[in-house]
Amino acid sequence: MALTLDDVARIAHLARIEITDEEARRTLSQLNDIFALIEKMQAVDTSGVEPMAHPLGGAQRLRADEATEVIDRAAALRNAPAQQDGLFLVPKVIE
Amino acid sequence: MSTSLARGWETVIGLETHAQLSTRSKIFSSASTAFGAPPNTQASVIDLALPGVLPVLNRGAVERAIRFGLAIGAKISPRSIFARKNYFYPDLPKNYQISQYEIPVVQGGTVAIRVGETEKVVNLTRAHLEEDAGKSLHEDFQGMSGIDLNRAGTPLLEIVSEPELRSSAEAVAYAKTLHALVRWIGICDGNMQEGSFRCDANVSVRRIGDPKLGTRCEIKNLNSFRFLERAIEYEIARQIDLIEDGGHVVQETRLYDPDRDETRPMRSKEDAQDYRYFPDPDLLPLEIQPAWIEEVKRAMPELPQAMRERFVTQYGLTPYDAATLTASREMADYFEAMVATLPKEPKLCANWLMGEVSARLNREDVELEAAPVKPQSLAGLLARIADGTLSGKMAREVFDAMWAGEGEADAIIEARGLRQISDAGAIEKIIDEVLAANPKSVEEFRAGKEKAFNALVGQAMKATKGKANPAQVNEILKKKLAGG
Repeated sequence: MALTLDDVARIAHLARIEITDEEARRTLSQLNDIFALIEKMQAVDTSGVEPMAHPLGGAQRLRADEATEVIDRAAALRNAPAQQDGLFLVPKVIE
Repeated sequence: MSTSLARGWETVIGLETHAQLSTRSKIFSSASTAFGAPPNTQASVIDLALPGVLPVLNRGAVERAIRFGLAIGAKISPRSIFARKNYFYPDLPKNYQISQYEIPVVQGGTVAIRVGETEKVVNLTRAHLEEDAGKSLHEDFQGMSGIDLNRAGTPLLEIVSEPELRSSAEAVAYAKTLHALVRWIGICDGNMQEGSFRCDANVSVRRIGDPKLGTRCEIKNLNSFRFLERAIEYEIARQIDLIEDGGHVVQETRLYDPDRDETRPMRSKEDAQDYRYFPDPDLLPLEIQPAWIEEVKRAMPELPQAMRERFVTQYGLTPYDAATLTASREMADYFEAMVATLPKEPKLCANWLMGEVSARLNREDVELEAAPVKPQSLAGLLARIADGTLSGKMAREVFDAMWAGEGEADAIIEARGLRQISDAGAIEKIIDEVLAANPKSVEEFRAGKEKAFNALVGQAMKATKGKANPAQVNEILKKKLAGG
């Protein structure tokens, strides 16, 4: 299965990445190489093998349900380009 | 429902319900989940998605998911996976939501619902853990939107039903049953105004008998049972009209506007969502050992269904009464506390709780937990009906006084001299006097006028200022009239 330039444009849009036509062409050929590699791997019979969810073994550690975090709002807002009344301000989101 | 059936159409509805889990801290951070804090005072570095931070899963959130799974008889997956759901929105600072996709923690299960006299078992597909997003405020901030991330990272359980609901009434019954259940097992406060419990409805229609499902629309964020019902009703009619007029339904997400009582599209088709789920590399698989499930099971309360059946067998209540009393855990606990004090009168306890107390709560818009009359006190009052001290009418007067905070039943009965006259001798004496004073009524009764009997009862009650035991008055009067 080979990708097209339209696929690349769509993937870039989904990731909100702006790319030039030249970059799109280069990315297309790289992605197609990756897909060729994946096709090779898909040829391997993996029936009966549980799909891996994480490269590290083991299980998720859990923490106790305690609200211990002290929040410094001023520090959190310091990097925001715009703020008001303790809120982050962003370009108007149109519903 | 009836209208669409009459038009030859069947409705197919599935619900996705988001229940906010009642943990103290967030699902992946130690920030507080308390509602109503000033903006951005409960957003930790993890909730803000600052670089280099890692999520750590909250044991309390997983425990609540297990509790839910046990309550609906589902499979608790021994291994489940967290995945990233990718989309861009300003109140989602990571640009992905951590959710579960291929392997959710709760799989299958059933919920029994009741519409009128009909019971129906609804199959659930799954329930999975995920985090909530923040809040966007669209009031005018210099032409910009305000973002409050306090809610970001709040644990949610998304509960997905199979598309087995066939009317808005069934959808509402299912949502209400689920709402009562999550509150019953203490995993969600169920506060719909605060968004703790909200539903998305997937609605489609098909010709009756058509095995193929129609194209569905998803109506998002219905936060009241009324809106759920109205939105589905509107959507069913819209889809049928559309198809009957030769058009076809487009799969899309819609919003319900309660002011105009209609649904309308939320996103355009071109922008169809592609969430590109993949396993979150920041989180290892969640493993749940059987021992943990056993531990949670031991701490589970008796479930409403089981309690309903027990109320019928143990207390001899009707299935209807048992269902009403188990509609909420508060109600059931109140009832059982009454019966513990007055074990011989479960029916009397049920009648008063569902009658006087409920009416009073409705009238004053008070929750049962805040009722000024506690179950033991109410049982104390009912004991005085059971032993004949009070008539029903007198009991209501005492109840009013108790509600007003005048104290326990016995003290009020004493203070107001409300003791019912149950001494047969005393009542006989009064009836003799009434009969002597009302020869005309006696004559009329003997001539076959039933009404005259009631007039005589009324006279006897009046003579005792309403304190005579009405049942005894009836009985003695009947005997005297028959014998005389």
